Amino acid sequence: MAKPFIRFENVYKSFGDNHVMKGVSFSIFEGEVSTIIGKSGVGKSVLLKHIIDLMQNDSGTIYYDGKPFSDMTTQDRKKMKRKFSYMFQGTALFDSMSIYDNIALPLRETTRFSRNKIKELVDEKMDQLELFEHSDSYPSQISGGMKKRVALARALITNPEVVLFDEPTTGLDPIRRNAVHNMISEYQKKFGFTCIIVSHEIPDVFYISQRIAMLDEGKIVFEGTPSDIQQQDNPAINNFISGGAS
Amino acid sequence: MKNQNNEVPVFFLTPIIKLGNSGIEFLNELGRIGIFMYHSFVHIFSLPVQIPKIIEQIYFIGRKSVFIICLTGFFTGMVLGLQAYYALVQFGAVGMLGSGVANTLIREMGPVLSAFMVIARGGSAIAAEIGIMRISEQIDALETMEIDPIRFLVSPKLAASIICFPILTTIFDFMGIFGAYISGVKLLGVNAGIFLFRVHESIDMLDITGGYIKSVVFAVIVSVICCYQGYYTHIRKDGFGAKGVSNSTTSAVVQSCIIILIADYVITSFLM
Repeated sequence: MAKPFIRFENVYKSFGDNHVMKGVSFSIFEGEVSTIIGKSGVGKSVLLKHIIDLMQNDSGTIYYDGKPFSDMTTQDRKKMKRKFSYMFQGTALFDSMSIYDNIALPLRETTRFSRNKIKELVDEKMDQLELFEHSDSYPSQISGGMKKRVALARALITNPEVVLFDEPTTGLDPIRRNAVHNMISEYQKKFGFTCIIVSHEIPDVFYISQRIAMLDEGKIVFEGTPSDIQQQDNPAINNFISGGAS
Repeated sequence: MKNQNNEVPVFFLTPIIKLGNSGIEFLNELGRIGIFMYHSFVHIFSLPVQIPKIIEQIYFIGRKSVFIICLTGFFTGMVLGLQAYYALVQFGAVGMLGSGVANTLIREMGPVLSAFMVIARGGSAIAAEIGIMRISEQIDALETMEIDPIRFLVSPKLAASIICFPILTTIFDFMGIFGAYISGVKLLGVNAGIFLFRVHESIDMLDITGGYIKSVVFAVIVSVICCYQGYYTHIRKDGFGAKGVSNSTTSAVVQSCIIILIADYVITSFLM
């Protein structure tokens, strides 16, 4: 069995009087696709941002590879964060840069690859995601679905060990949604990276995930495999995964 | 005044608590600006030096400001020439026009008005640009890519400002003296030879050095404050989203102008 790569232990986070995480505890396993599900506004993106240190918890401990993040040195934190990549819910593309430059930026700034090597890697990624004809366009000139694919290309361009996807398929048509899910699954199998997805796409995500965690009212109310969650007796979980049909 | 339990009533303490909180907040902000400035400055020299980005910013902050600097410098000089002529003519000292105008421009007005013009044209744009990047998570995206946002966004602007401000100030000074020459010599009939002789005679190296010291200090003030206001748009308490960016831009312009005037006085008092 895979070992837990990231572990949340009793993590709390509040924004003023809004208590978003009230003792969150769960594990992310190395080399697996884990999906965090839950109602809108329940704090899934906040949880994801804690994993990549974009937000800091009020209390509790987050472990990476068995080491508490709070005990790591600055160098260790940097080294650890280099393994991560993040795809934002709102894409967070650089609106003053072309699509090509958006995808190439992480390589230009964090590697010493030649211009030709960068072009080769970016072209390959754009080809896979059908973005070639828009390489000179700017984010404001392309559709929402296409922005998602650019963000995905940017997240995968550095071949990270852990990729965090914040609702990667929201706003995509069913064909492209399946294509993105297939691509995440295919890439994950090919490169073996750890994949953490925040998504509403039920049951689609069950087919590509090895592990599901459900966040509700500030706590993880379920943690297990996709088949486990579908056999749950808990009415709140059943109600959520069946879209309120039961 | 104490109550039966020997405690000071809350309403007496409230203003003191508020004052204390404001003081702590002010010191926090000062500390944050200090750290921000330190990181921005250090990253100018961190390898690899971002030469293309610095050149791009020199174009934006410097090259694009040349026209407005020429225009304001020329008309400021013309007004100075006009006003000084009518003041000096009462004492029969119009020959001193060149001296007065040159000193005023090189020591004070050149660095200060150039800085104001760059704030109006470039500083506000910088604050808005970085502010929008902050609220649309573009700065967070840089962090997740392990790209230092201060190095990537702020340091090139600071380096470009340090290079551009003295050059823009020089242009302003030249255009100002030229403007004063046109109004004093060509329009009001002051002797051209005397005017130019007085300009040449009255300026010494200390005045020029002082002007350049000011322009470099102003460059640091403008770029750091404008970038800082944009960078921390998300923690503003007086507005979120677009309103936050608008408030950050306003704060950047107002704070830069005020601090420039204070710094101008402090530097002048040291140079005198």
